[in-house]
Amino acid sequence: MSERRNIAVTVNGKRYQNDVPVRLTLADYLRHELGLTGTHLGCEHGVCGACTILLDGQSARSCLMLAVQANGHEILTVEGIAPSDDKLHPLQEAFRDNHGLQCGFCTPGMLTTLLEFLRDNPDPTEQEVRIAISGNLCRCTGYQGIVNAALDAAKRLRAKTT
Amino acid sequence: MKPPPFQYHDPTTVAEAVALLGRLENAKLLAGGQSLMPMLNMRFVLPDHVIDLNRVAGLSYIKDGGGVLELGAMTRQRDIEFSDVVKAKCPLLHQAVMQIGHRQTRNRGTIGGSLCHLDPAAELPAVAAGMDATVVVTGPNGRREVAFRDFPAGFMTPAIEPNEIVTAVRFPLWPAEHKSAFVEFSRRHGDFAIVSAAVLLEFAGGKISRASVTLGGIAVAPVRAAAVEQAVVGQAPSSELFGKACESCRGIEALSDIHAGADYRQHLAAVLSRRALLRACGMPTPGALH
Repeated sequence: MSERRNIAVTVNGKRYQNDVPVRLTLADYLRHELGLTGTHLGCEHGVCGACTILLDGQSARSCLMLAVQANGHEILTVEGIAPSDDKLHPLQEAFRDNHGLQCGFCTPGMLTTLLEFLRDNPDPTEQEVRIAISGNLCRCTGYQGIVNAALDAAKRLRAKTT
Repeated sequence: MKPPPFQYHDPTTVAEAVALLGRLENAKLLAGGQSLMPMLNMRFVLPDHVIDLNRVAGLSYIKDGGGVLELGAMTRQRDIEFSDVVKAKCPLLHQAVMQIGHRQTRNRGTIGGSLCHLDPAAELPAVAAGMDATVVVTGPNGRREVAFRDFPAGFMTPAIEPNEIVTAVRFPLWPAEHKSAFVEFSRRHGDFAIVSAAVLLEFAGGKISRASVTLGGIAVAPVRAAAVEQAVVGQAPSSELFGKACESCRGIEALSDIHAGADYRQHLAAVLSRRALLRACGMPTPGALH
């Protein structure tokens, strides 16, 4: 009934090969097949942004992609952001220091979205940060802590590269 | 929420995709997936076959030549957003794209997908209507062109055959000195507009010599506000002129749904078309938040 395909993807630098139903979403593939449950699913129809991953370096909603479409591509999930098990990425540090999260549900999507945004826009204004995260819903923080964290992270990342 | 079962096809050429579309019953084309995927997840559509266009070669490009900007149907909204050619030659398209969804959705969403999905409130169909775009369609008998004004056959229904694929869109460019503006009203940034207005103006000797005023979200497909266009051509721009001319938008037959009633859409049409005209002319837009 449900057709299956063999796919090969690189997730957080590691290569995976799996037989998957063609109707499986990329988000469910990451969570259920690979056990990478850091990618969260909120709305499953492209509104909340919690499932945001980077596909070949560009943010995308993994609930709006099929796993088969990721065949041959490179994916970065929230699990792949920190440089090592005992060290946080400057963006993650800034979130911790600025109360950028409370329940943490939206955080994986916020981090992946901001990772792309700060890479392309290293010195953003507050307004630009607000627009950048406008596709990510947070129901705890009122966004202020997240915006502060993003601006702080931009500063930390700039200091690191200069 | 999971997509229903279907057979998956990933052709690599347009000919192959057209052949599949002709052969398979109840097939859906998957472009950027920013509308079809939610519809699959929510099971609003139940296709037996999904034909994925993402591996079809040669459908993603932005070509500028002969006064026409041609975009391949699988050109992503992101590519339009970051295109210097689009920004320089077709600022209306750039402004409109910046108001589509969010970065994560623009990274995937395509121009062909937006036009074929034909959401009444979508930005790209409004731009296509305002610029008198031509849609290039490929079917078993080759290519044909459809003027965008004939493209919407009804609510979210493009006037193409079930075995045809939109492969490109052509925007006839306005002269370098033209002015344009795209404004929309939505409840939150990135949401579908309740009403949008796209304006293009050309000037000669301080007077408007050519005008295009389009309203999105007000009816089943984008509407050209012909009465406004006629009222402003031959006149020098002023807020009085625009204010008066745009009142005619209150007479446009409007949709009514859970987001807004028809009378509110008509009100927005008058306000936003005036605001877009003012903004195109670089004049202040009182009452506008952004």
